[in-house]
Amino acid sequence: MFYRETGQFKQSYAADQAVFPILQDRLGLAAILLVAFVVVPLFGNEFLLASVMVPFLILSLGAIGLNILVGYTGLLSLGSAAFMGVGAYAAYKLSTIFPGVNILVWILCSGFFAAGIGVLFGLPSLRIKGFYLAVATLAAQFFLQWCFVRISWLYNDNPSGAIEVPARTLFGLAITGPSATPVTRYLVVLVIVVVMTLLASNIVHGRIGRTWMAVRDMDIAAQLMGIRLLPAKLLAFAVSSFYCGVSGALMVFLWLGAAEPSAFDIKLSFLLLFMVIIGGLGSMIGSFFGAALIHILPIVIRGLPEALGLPIAAATVEHLTYLIVGALIIFFLIVEPHGLARLWQIAKQKLRVWPFPY
Amino acid sequence: MLYNIFIDPFVQMVQMPDLLVQTLWEGLVSGVLYALIALGFVLIFKASGVFNFAQGIMVVFSALTLVGFYEKFSAAGFSGHAAAFVALILTAGVMFVLAMLVERVVLRPLVNQPDIILFMATFGITYVLIGLGEMVFGGDPKQMITSELFLPSGSVDVEMLGGLVSFQKIDIAAAIIASAMIVGLALFFQKTRIGRALRAVADSHKAALSVGISLNQIWVIVWFAAGLVALVTGIMWGARSDVSFALEIVALKALPVLVLGGLTSVPGAIVGGLIIGIGEKLGEFYWGPLLGGGIESWFAYAIALLFLLYRPQGLFGDKIIERI
Repeated sequence: MFYRETGQFKQSYAADQAVFPILQDRLGLAAILLVAFVVVPLFGNEFLLASVMVPFLILSLGAIGLNILVGYTGLLSLGSAAFMGVGAYAAYKLSTIFPGVNILVWILCSGFFAAGIGVLFGLPSLRIKGFYLAVATLAAQFFLQWCFVRISWLYNDNPSGAIEVPARTLFGLAITGPSATPVTRYLVVLVIVVVMTLLASNIVHGRIGRTWMAVRDMDIAAQLMGIRLLPAKLLAFAVSSFYCGVSGALMVFLWLGAAEPSAFDIKLSFLLLFMVIIGGLGSMIGSFFGAALIHILPIVIRGLPEALGLPIAAATVEHLTYLIVGALIIFFLIVEPHGLARLWQIAKQKLRVWPFPY
Repeated sequence: MLYNIFIDPFVQMVQMPDLLVQTLWEGLVSGVLYALIALGFVLIFKASGVFNFAQGIMVVFSALTLVGFYEKFSAAGFSGHAAAFVALILTAGVMFVLAMLVERVVLRPLVNQPDIILFMATFGITYVLIGLGEMVFGGDPKQMITSELFLPSGSVDVEMLGGLVSFQKIDIAAAIIASAMIVGLALFFQKTRIGRALRAVADSHKAALSVGISLNQIWVIVWFAAGLVALVTGIMWGARSDVSFALEIVALKALPVLVLGGLTSVPGAIVGGLIIGIGEKLGEFYWGPLLGGGIESWFAYAIALLFLLYRPQGLFGDKIIERI
């Protein structure tokens, strides 16, 4: 009823090709940003900010990174957690070697280290495809995780083997370390995630993104049309790892505060892959949907029995969570194999033509 | 440094052949078990094109079910060999029900979807099985009922090559049972009516359908066969260590085995398993100390990666032909 483009005339090609051609979409986006920047920090309690929103945003960023690789370029990767780890360890080393430089600079720089490692492990992708490539990326996952444990230089010979985040400030406000309030951490993460999402959206809608999608749909055909496969695939690995790396650095510095190598184990890789596939392959908004579902759903399920006053043991709840999440994954795949993003699209299309079926 | 990497390990091998034999034997045994897990993957991949990630958890689940049934029986005063075998049959029944459920609930609605969606669905199955298994049987490690199933324990020490090499009896039994199962599966595939139907489905779903083979039925059979393989694997792994969800991470080792041998090849799974098992143990024993140990966690993947760079479809996989 309210959501349709009737009466909105485009007067230039640029306006016609905009990412959000419909006014209501732009208004909706502005409203979401307003809520995220103003309403949530003002009215959200500590639990919501620190345990729900910050992890959700950070995981979304990681999911966007993986989505660039799996969804846009069609290269299946099971090593994303290791690239997150590279980002985290790089940010840690840089910030302890050069404590004078602003921490945000190092968090963003750590992405380049992750990108370098990503390119290195992306090299086999020219020859190996599909599930075979997935196993090749598992080599990266296990090898890098082994490095995080064995190379003590990476964690400054800390006897516990973990990396602990030093306290750092921005404009006099503590943003990392124990004294940082959830609100500041949330806002810092939000700004980074919004900016990087915008950047990613522009990349995938531009020439580079089209190259990637051509490679995804059929790499031989893409090659025949003059796309050089090696640069295209390696660029996808680099950008994807950059996003994963920044997300990993954020995860340690602004969410966990300290991390052991096991924080970046294979389970996190699988979790990111869930988010990407449940959210929607090849969709920016899908990465957010997927992260929301996979991260927030278990929190809700865990909190539910208590809220309803049901006396269920914590262990049972944990097992039930597994059961329900597994069942929901299957359910969502059966209902809409193309992910939540496709459901969103269908809903919007229905609204646009309402009250007619098409 | 170069000497340490390229020459010293081989000198050690020649100097102490008994240690080498021991290492090779251990590699062989873990290779056989990797091969068994990989075999379950291959069976399902061939017949339905599904990359079944849940195979690893099916191993744990079947072993837990078996032990769980036996515990229930012995609590009711019915124990010994007979009870163990009744439990075995009941567990096979559970695996059959599981196969039917998977086919009915997961595969049938998702028919004709892209591979990655089906792959994801098996993740869902994995989660459900983990939740279910932990809820029903608890998370504690359990003891496998080895002696009740007539499986031997203890070890045989053989004096050879100027040293003492010890073979665990359970390992010998595992190798024999695994070989018997592989021969049995090969016969089943080559000589029976259902086996022929399975091979037809593996070649082409559409052609198989057109000559009247029921895909749904075939899928149930294949998942059941994979379930039985998982059960045997579970018993063998369980006999060597405890039955617990820690096995799940071991099952991930089956992935390099699988791609090394080729996703569609039964002999590939076996050869791949042996290569990975032996390579991993040799690497850990001779080269591990140079790198600070623990390289077992990624060495298998590195071997698989090297082989893949040379042959992208695995050693025995079908050649990938791409058309536009």
